[in-house]
Amino acid sequence: MSGGTYLGMPAFPKAAHEAVRDETLRGNLRHATHTIRAKRATAVAEVSDWAELREAGKQIKDHTLRHLDRYLVQLEESVTAAGGTVHWAADADEANRIVTGLVKATGESEVVKVKSMATQEIGLNEALEAEGIRAYETDLAELIVQLGEDRPSHILVPAIHRNRGEIRDIFAREMGAWGRPAPEGLTDTPAELADAARLHLREKFLRAKVGISGANFMVAETGTMVVVESEGNGRMCLTLPETLISVVGIEKTVPTWRDLEVFLQTLPRSSTAERMNPYTSTWTGTTDSGTADGPRDFHLVLIDNGRTDTLADEVGRQALRCIRCSACLNVCPVYERAGGHAYGSVYPGPIGAILSPQLRGTGSEIDASLPYASSLCGACYDVCPVAIDIPEVLVHLRERVVQGGPVTREGVRVLVKPAKGHAAERAAMRAARWAFGRPGVLRAGQRLASRTRRFHPRTLPGPGRAWSDTRSVPEVPAEPFRDWWQRTHGGKDTSK
Amino acid sequence: MRVALFLTCVNDTLYPDTGRAVVKLLTRLGVDVDFPMAQTCCGQAHYNTGYRHEAEPLARHFSEVFGGYEAIVTPSGSCGAMVRELYPRMGARARAEGRGDGLATALAPVVPRTYELTEFLVDVLGVTDVGAYYPHTVTYHPTCHGLRGLGLGDRPRRLLESVGGLELRELPGADECCGFGGTFALKNADVSAAMGADKVRNAASTGADVLCAADNSCLMHIGGTMTRLRTGMRPVHIAEILASTQEEPV
Repeated sequence: MSGGTYLGMPAFPKAAHEAVRDETLRGNLRHATHTIRAKRATAVAEVSDWAELREAGKQIKDHTLRHLDRYLVQLEESVTAAGGTVHWAADADEANRIVTGLVKATGESEVVKVKSMATQEIGLNEALEAEGIRAYETDLAELIVQLGEDRPSHILVPAIHRNRGEIRDIFAREMGAWGRPAPEGLTDTPAELADAARLHLREKFLRAKVGISGANFMVAETGTMVVVESEGNGRMCLTLPETLISVVGIEKTVPTWRDLEVFLQTLPRSSTAERMNPYTSTWTGTTDSGTADGPRDFHLVLIDNGRTDTLADEVGRQALRCIRCSACLNVCPVYERAGGHAYGSVYPGPIGAILSPQLRGTGSEIDASLPYASSLCGACYDVCPVAIDIPEVLVHLRERVVQGGPVTREGVRVLVKPAKGHAAERAAMRAARWAFGRPGVLRAGQRLASRTRRFHPRTLPGPGRAWSDTRSVPEVPAEPFRDWWQRTHGGKDTSK
Repeated sequence: MRVALFLTCVNDTLYPDTGRAVVKLLTRLGVDVDFPMAQTCCGQAHYNTGYRHEAEPLARHFSEVFGGYEAIVTPSGSCGAMVRELYPRMGARARAEGRGDGLATALAPVVPRTYELTEFLVDVLGVTDVGAYYPHTVTYHPTCHGLRGLGLGDRPRRLLESVGGLELRELPGADECCGFGGTFALKNADVSAAMGADKVRNAASTGADVLCAADNSCLMHIGGTMTRLRTGMRPVHIAEILASTQEEPV
């Protein structure tokens, strides 16, 4: 990816090492994820047909992805007919070039932004800044991240790693440099913090001539974009500026409004644990009357950036069903301890662990380590509103890392080599398979372990230290079960 | 009924007491148990670490060893889930790779006949009171592959609630993973240890003497953490509790 911010990230275990020891971070994450986890469970339990909605969401997404070529053409036709312009971007660089060009054409040097994962993924803010254009994040959490010169650590609540006190400090210190300063004597009460953000952002909304958004869904039949949000900042960005540029991943397409109905039920409950989110904005092309609200100029930039390649993989493609609800992050025990930054991508947590190594490939250290950032506990699959079997994809990607195999890169089928650093493990796995194929060998090994048990060390050497540093080593019994079974004839001969 | 005990390589090598407990329990309930000596490993560690091709011969071996039995019982949720959930997936993958139906056909017979111990007791034998006696306070940790993989539900709980003398204490955050996760425990040792420590703290907060689970791999991790954190609690496999009686306590 061209964003640059995540290049050269260390492997997941190394990045997590620091996070696990950060007591404040652990406390913030534990509190936030457990609160939202419990709320989501309640919100989902209220719906009697949740299982059917989940299955419907999965089927709609799979159907759309299978016929994406057709629906994307339909979408382009609908958007164009409604007065919008559609641009196609194969990768992040192309998308950034298109958006930068569109902003420059307006003569503006600043834009307001709706919270958007796609623009984070392509590193749009950095690309705009390089061309002298300032992008203002208007989502409260994104604002906190931007003011704090930080990186998002969660899909839905990017500043989840910050507590109220930290946010107060960031506002008090940084707001002045970006626009209206924080009020004197700002405290860390939620109402005061929200008020400070509202005042700070209001002047940006009123001044901005260009808005940039993503979209949660794109309805192919009418060319309608849909943004689902809680704060109303999105509504401001979508209606006030004269030019609106929406940057959207191609997999966000749904065929009809009827399909949308399913996701408008599952997304709010899965993400914010709300029955219905406060603001759902939909827009179709441009307004032709000079007095009507909404943009006069609308551009849709469709980005691929690895999605078509991901679609070519029959196990991994289910990751493209994702509607970015974050439920998997909120239940993940690994995310809770490691934090979002350790995933080295705008997509953290379980979904990030299967998306990043597919969108970016498994070539880098961080991407090759992500499929292992899971105990395969399955909590993510349980809560996923589109039934992405994340553990299945994780194991599939582990296979790609250690054994290599065929993948699609930029539309071409290529054979990737196994990642470096797995030679010893591969040898051990082969040796174990060889031994387990021969019961006699296994038995000889067990007996050797039992006979030498008095000499076994309390701490393990080499890679085993990773175990014995925090856990005692199990004691090998005097005889393995199979010897007992044979000696006592299945426990029947108790005299022995 | 010809019932085979699929003990698992970990239990065979490190936890023979669990194996003896299963034999004692099933024998007491009138089941004729066999332990096929050719059994080794189901291939779960290979498969989950990304070595599916290394796991395939082990799965074939498993099917050859256990194919002739009417029921295959295992005291491990994760190894049970390997056979029931992942063997069919391995067969389907081989087919998708153009290698034919051979693997799927070879593995098909063992898939529906493999039961995790508490499933076998409740669903096949139809018992929840196995006549056990265990005068201790116990808290129960449902392991992930049993809970979410096999869908064991409240079966282990119902079995424990019927044990004489046993006081069951609610484990806070029970359905959260303990952090073992096979090779995850080594590859992401920091996160694994943090998850284990949280699990142990939750267990200790119940004041129980014993933490019970239906999978010794998870108990090896939880128990190893308990020793280091000096909680004074003991990890015990559910089979050993269910095998214990007033006459022959464990």
